[in-house]
Amino acid sequence: MKRFTRGFRGRGQATRDSRLPPGQYDVGSAWPVLTAEATPKLSTETWTFKIRGLVEQPTTWSWDEIHAFAQSTFEGDIHCVTTWSKLGVKFSGVSVDTLLAAARPLPTATHVLALGYTGYTTNLPLQDVTGGKAWVVWDYEGSPLPVEHGGPARMIVPHLYFWKSAKWVSGMELQDHNEPGFWERNGYHDHGDPWLEQRYQGD
Amino acid sequence: MATVVDVRAETSHAKTFRLALPHPSIHLAGQHYIVRLTAPDGYTASRSYSVASPPDGSAEIELTVELLPDGEVSSFLHEVVMPGDTLEVRGPIGGWFVWRGDTPALLVGGGSGVVPLMAMLRLARRTGRSDLVRLVVSARSPGDLYYAGELPGPETTIVYTRAAPPSWPRPVGRLNGGDLPAPITPDATAYVCGTPGFADAATGLLTDATIATNRIRVERFGPTR
Repeated sequence: MKRFTRGFRGRGQATRDSRLPPGQYDVGSAWPVLTAEATPKLSTETWTFKIRGLVEQPTTWSWDEIHAFAQSTFEGDIHCVTTWSKLGVKFSGVSVDTLLAAARPLPTATHVLALGYTGYTTNLPLQDVTGGKAWVVWDYEGSPLPVEHGGPARMIVPHLYFWKSAKWVSGMELQDHNEPGFWERNGYHDHGDPWLEQRYQGD
Repeated sequence: MATVVDVRAETSHAKTFRLALPHPSIHLAGQHYIVRLTAPDGYTASRSYSVASPPDGSAEIELTVELLPDGEVSSFLHEVVMPGDTLEVRGPIGGWFVWRGDTPALLVGGGSGVVPLMAMLRLARRTGRSDLVRLVVSARSPGDLYYAGELPGPETTIVYTRAAPPSWPRPVGRLNGGDLPAPITPDATAYVCGTPGFADAATGLLTDATIATNRIRVERFGPTR
């Protein structure tokens, strides 16, 4: 039998949006900022994005070089493990598929570790960043991505909890094993599927 | 499941809930617990709340909850929950914003951001290691200061931003570099907790005071924009 909390009915369930995964609420127009580190000051003059590890062609792109790729846009919803979701957002940048096509993963590559300028890392199976599921973005709703949200550029992997979307991203390392990243070493789930409520280790 | 054993007001907008767990808590100072509410129809809502009580081997923990406008969970906790109720909790969570009690620590909190830092201060005092800790807390007014009866001490600095008690030595105003304790040991880790605006301002002051950014741990909360 499911135990319920005395007196709790919840709010607005009749109109609960089907885009909200279990345990999430809609923050509306707000966009909470949650980071574990000091916000870095990065210049697009010196910014680079690097793919290294198990690829045929390790590559580093400058700000201008990465902008030369065909632009790709994500429109949809993002879900933070702290239980807010933000519905109907739009990010633009470049698809990770495009970058990987240039770097050419080796057949042994199974995972990526996304790397941030602050030392932040987060681990993802390769299949979660390929097939139109991940982007490096610098544009939010038609404007430059604000620094507190990871600007000048961040990754987004919106089908997973948003800590998997590294702010201030500096690159990706392709690996043949799963190496837990920053939050994954600190109690959070390795995969982070919001529809399965994979929030913490053991979920 | 945890049983609520005590509820007390910290300010007009903050209450501390003392919870009895089925087993001793293994939390570290700075960690949080998740509180999950379940409606009869299965709808659930969960939020994270920092533990204010220090690790002490007991099976009771204290969570201090700020009442947020339109806060589905915080308003329920404030308005409905009373001693004797049971709450589903999960934790402790978080392995980054923690202080283990044996290294120099500079704690900087704004408003309800003092809660996880209070667990650290309490740990330091309980173990006789107050020498390791300096706490700077920013509050809007005396009525907004959490733990007002307990927090003041030789290791703490209180900054009021809008209104101060009569004859308070420091003029009201935002946290500034002069409020940071000196000297700060170069190997201290700084723990900053507050709103994003507060956290950014405080980390700016710390880096101006030559604290390396990799020695600053930040916990931000609250909506922005």
